[in-house]
Amino acid sequence: MARRTLYGMIAANRWRTFGFILLFTIILALVGGAVIRFFQYYYGVWGLGPYIFFGVFIVGYNLIFYFASAKLALAANGAHKADPADYKRLHNVVEEMAIASGQPKPEVYIIHDPAPNAFATGRNPKNAAIAVTTGLYEMMDRAELQGVVAHEMSHIKNYDILLMTIVAIMIGLVVLARDLFWRWGFFLGRGRRRSSGRGGGYLALIWLAIGLVLAILAPLAVMLIRAAISRQREYLADASGAMMTRNPEGLGRALEKIGATYHKMQRTSTATAHLFISSPKCKDRINPKKPDKPVKVNLFASHPPIELRVQRLRSLNLAGSYAQQFAWARADADAGSSSVIEG
Amino acid sequence: MVLLWIFVGIIALLIIITIAGYNTLVVKRNRTRNAWHQIDVQLRRRYDLIPNLVETVKGYAKHERETLENVTAARKLGMDAKTVGDAAKANNMLTETLKSLFAVAEAYPDLKANQNFLALQEELRTTEEKIAFARQFYNDVVMNYNTATEKFPGIIFASIFAFRRFEFWEIPEEEKAAREPVAVKF
Repeated sequence: MARRTLYGMIAANRWRTFGFILLFTIILALVGGAVIRFFQYYYGVWGLGPYIFFGVFIVGYNLIFYFASAKLALAANGAHKADPADYKRLHNVVEEMAIASGQPKPEVYIIHDPAPNAFATGRNPKNAAIAVTTGLYEMMDRAELQGVVAHEMSHIKNYDILLMTIVAIMIGLVVLARDLFWRWGFFLGRGRRRSSGRGGGYLALIWLAIGLVLAILAPLAVMLIRAAISRQREYLADASGAMMTRNPEGLGRALEKIGATYHKMQRTSTATAHLFISSPKCKDRINPKKPDKPVKVNLFASHPPIELRVQRLRSLNLAGSYAQQFAWARADADAGSSSVIEG
Repeated sequence: MVLLWIFVGIIALLIIITIAGYNTLVVKRNRTRNAWHQIDVQLRRRYDLIPNLVETVKGYAKHERETLENVTAARKLGMDAKTVGDAAKANNMLTETLKSLFAVAEAYPDLKANQNFLALQEELRTTEEKIAFARQFYNDVVMNYNTATEKFPGIIFASIFAFRRFEFWEIPEEEKAAREPVAVKF
């Protein structure tokens, strides 16, 4: 039963990923189709050419999504391949956790940043990568580093990485498109008005309208998607990571250390925040004015509060089966509320 | 005629069930063998590292002959082991002797500063950890396989096709209490 639960979860993750891609493709096709239609109407040309071109574009970008999203996510966060000579211990710990989970060793990346954080990306366990900040590497002892890497290995094993990376790229594209439409709208508006009649003005207005819609929709989509996928997965990866090392204390201590730092990551982006083991923004972890008070958690937070995660880890019964742990993680589906949760 | 077809249907169904049952067991058995191979790779790695370590320590700590001999003896015992049980016992012993070797090294500041020694220490530490995790994975897989051969209907195919149980890799009690293999922290 326990294993079926795990496989069921992996299957569900794959379907969800597929659903996200499909939804995004449909939205893009509708928007793109409307834009082409508008242009053709405006300039009075008709033909299938633009539609075919756009169709090819959609197929192409989906392929790029699947094969290059991990590379994009790594590049966006400034991750470099970790040299085994300089980061021997990190490579060793990743190998250890790969053995513990019975998975192939993922590629190891390093991010030059004093803020302690880590994330995993890739499209399947065979093509996966774990990135760790230099801050985390220097701060953690071996057991703690093992805990963090085990957490990331769980994301890989559960196929969280593909979904989370694709969501990150989608959010990134939506934000990019919004900026593009917004600026072009202004630009076109100015340029056209100077040269000739009212045509350019219309175009600019429509451009601006699309930008406005995206400006409202983009952050909303970000929040919704995050709320749907991120927090529960963090609990789950904590639990199965602890199961992997059979040492919840390692990850627990690591999380406490992360929670106690004031560092903010230098390159943070809304798009990739949910990939990380803990929120890259300092204010989501600790209140600089009142460090001893728990951070207020809102419904759209990308991560559950660290104190709750540590509490969960400490109450974890490793003698229990996988099934028990998954039940434990699932019971917490909407743990955004800071209500007390029974162990 | 109808009876004949029903009969043929039942036979076909039985064959399909048998094939499926057999294949399930084969997959699990191969997974177990592969898991054992993973431990084996790490054990060999450790055997390869030890002579190097012994040589390095000898250069600085000549008086610790007994500790060094214990390590070498335990290594030989492990290399000669034929069964999982023997290998487990010898390697637990090797872990113990290494622990005392690293404890002894504490008393030699020159040794502790030696780059070669430090590199070896990290290598042995990670090999130690890898053995522990490979063993943990092996035991999980063995449990899975053994359960499959004992459960109904797996037990039928297991007895027909002679799928034998695998031996667990026993973990010493004190290690279970504190799962920290060789403490080589300076």
